[in-house]
Amino acid sequence: MDMNFILDSIPIYGKAAWLTLWTGAAGIILSFVTGFICALVQYFKIPYARRVVGMYIELSRNTPLLIQLYFLYFGLPKLGVMLSGETCAVIGLTFLGGSYMAEAIRSGLESVEAIQFQSGLSLGLSKSQVTRYIISPQAFLTAMPALLANAVFLIKETSLFSAIAVKDLMFVALYQLGNVYKTEEIFLILIGFYLLILLPLTIIAGIAERRMQRVKYGV
Amino acid sequence: MALLQIKNITKNFGDVVALDGVSLDVEAGEVVVLLGPSGCGKSTLLRCVNGLEEINSGEIIFDGNNITASGTDWRLVRQKIGMVFQSYELFPHLNVLENIILSPKKVLKVPAEKAVREAETLLARIGLSDKIKAFPRELSGGQKQRVAIVRSLIMHPRILLLDEITAALDPEMVREVLDVVLKLAKGGQTLLIVTHEMEFAKVVADRVVFLDKGKIVEISTPHEFFNEPKTERAEKFLNIFKFDNANI
Amino acid sequence: MSNTGFEILLNSKTWLRLIEGLWVTLRISLITVLISVVLGLILGIIASRKNLFGRVLCRVHLETVRIVPQLVLLFVAFFGLPRLYNIQISAESVAIMVFAFWASGEMGDLVRGAIISIPPHQTQSGLALGLANRQIFTYIILPQTVRRLIPPAINLITRVVKTTSLVSLIGMVDVFKVGKQIIDFNRFEYPGGAFWIYAVIFFLYFAICYPISKLSRRLEKRWKI
Repeated sequence: MDMNFILDSIPIYGKAAWLTLWTGAAGIILSFVTGFICALVQYFKIPYARRVVGMYIELSRNTPLLIQLYFLYFGLPKLGVMLSGETCAVIGLTFLGGSYMAEAIRSGLESVEAIQFQSGLSLGLSKSQVTRYIISPQAFLTAMPALLANAVFLIKETSLFSAIAVKDLMFVALYQLGNVYKTEEIFLILIGFYLLILLPLTIIAGIAERRMQRVKYGV
Repeated sequence: MALLQIKNITKNFGDVVALDGVSLDVEAGEVVVLLGPSGCGKSTLLRCVNGLEEINSGEIIFDGNNITASGTDWRLVRQKIGMVFQSYELFPHLNVLENIILSPKKVLKVPAEKAVREAETLLARIGLSDKIKAFPRELSGGQKQRVAIVRSLIMHPRILLLDEITAALDPEMVREVLDVVLKLAKGGQTLLIVTHEMEFAKVVADRVVFLDKGKIVEISTPHEFFNEPKTERAEKFLNIFKFDNANI
Repeated sequence: MSNTGFEILLNSKTWLRLIEGLWVTLRISLITVLISVVLGLILGIIASRKNLFGRVLCRVHLETVRIVPQLVLLFVAFFGLPRLYNIQISAESVAIMVFAFWASGEMGDLVRGAIISIPPHQTQSGLALGLANRQIFTYIILPQTVRRLIPPAINLITRVVKTTSLVSLIGMVDVFKVGKQIIDFNRFEYPGGAFWIYAVIFFLYFAICYPISKLSRRLEKRWKI
């Protein structure tokens, strides 16, 4: 084990981890926004929009991220749409994550009983006020474990960004594997950095899940 | 003119006729109790009055306005017609105070401090001042239902609809809720009540309306209804609640 | 029209080669699923037992495959095994090993979830009816477990199929790599080919995964308790 190599490499990986982190975070936030909009469309059964959302969710859930990225990065330029690797990465992750977030939020919304909506209406609140103050907070609480699990899943998927020349953790590791014969060390740093990012998120997700179960089933 | 006029309304759920030409007037300050076997349409009637179900024909006039006409802003109507549900429907993510002041703050735009003061007064009146910061899951069923009543009252509804509000409660909690309702009735609050508590109906009602199969079968004073019902169907209904050896 | 590259799809060879690549994808998926079902059942049963050692072991396995990206696992096995331990195995075997390692963890969790979701008073009421333990398992527990397990297990198949797209990154000639080869080969004749080829691959995956996930959802709805 070459400690000097590991120490020397840490700054490079730190930079790459930052890229993994911000592209991942941007993708997660945009996925959440997309998912929330889609979930509301489905919850309120908005005509036409509902069909479009349904189609999007099927396309997103039934195709791998790798082809989504390739299509954006290699396919679209042929139509004259040139996007940077990072942009493609964030768009691709959002396309993938939006449907996962939508499903989580929709089932959260549907878990709130219809009569809660009615009782809000009977107090004189408008539909949008009921959605905002009564239904959404409960829905997000219920959906929290699933939302966090999706966030973990999406960060993991960022490892594919290396395939479209985004210089993330995976990319740097692959580059080093090809140029220096320090296999053990490289994998150690790579996995170490992924753990650094994902472990806290996983632990929070676990806590959220247990807390939710307590709220649901006990006092 | 009566505060609430229900004129010949019908309501169908698919092939099932839930309300079949129901007409009823409720005067301001009056307490009307709806009785009848389950599935007779009494809860549906309340839900129609609050716009939670659309009626198929007929009309409902509230305070001189036809509220079943198209283009009715139910939001405005519901500010004046309160409703309390069997299952309380407190909002689980908000504490007692937040539950109560949500609608005055958001709908009537009452300043927060004023809403809080009024909520405190109302909670004191029902003896739940110490629960003001509690969450719904920390309350007993009876306490939840009392809070739900206060949550409607703070909007100062002209009429309050009570939909089997004691049906989900343990027997020992029924009393504390009904006492609150009785106090309201004595204070001149207009009430339209669906209940299965016969003894309570006897005491609280100005008029008893008996429904069966979506139709009003008879309207009488409680004394008349419970002692000498005019119709055979009402008598049969009342007999269900009597336990004597003759029935067994 | 000649520079959109659409013509690349009119060549029957293009399709023939894509289908060939798709077969590799499907073969890996199928073998992975078969191994994962068997291992997953074993892991799931161990994880739902009282034995602490077995439970912890399953948990560690599950958390590992949940936290470490599949691509990292794939590269570690692909580059690591030959270099560190001097083991020479084909890319396909590595891929199947890694995917089965991951998917059996997921499958095990589904099995465990299905088993523990059966409330204990189901057993108790079976006992109260005078049924023997074996009868309770056969007639009460097993049918309910299977109904809860099958829909998400079928859905796991689509996840495996999607994950196999990674094998092109360790040099295997699956539908992706074939697509890339076709694009590179026709670079000068049809410069716009990439758009169409990737669009076709996108829909090929969709054509495989959509019916499977639809089936999963239909069963889930039908068997909902």
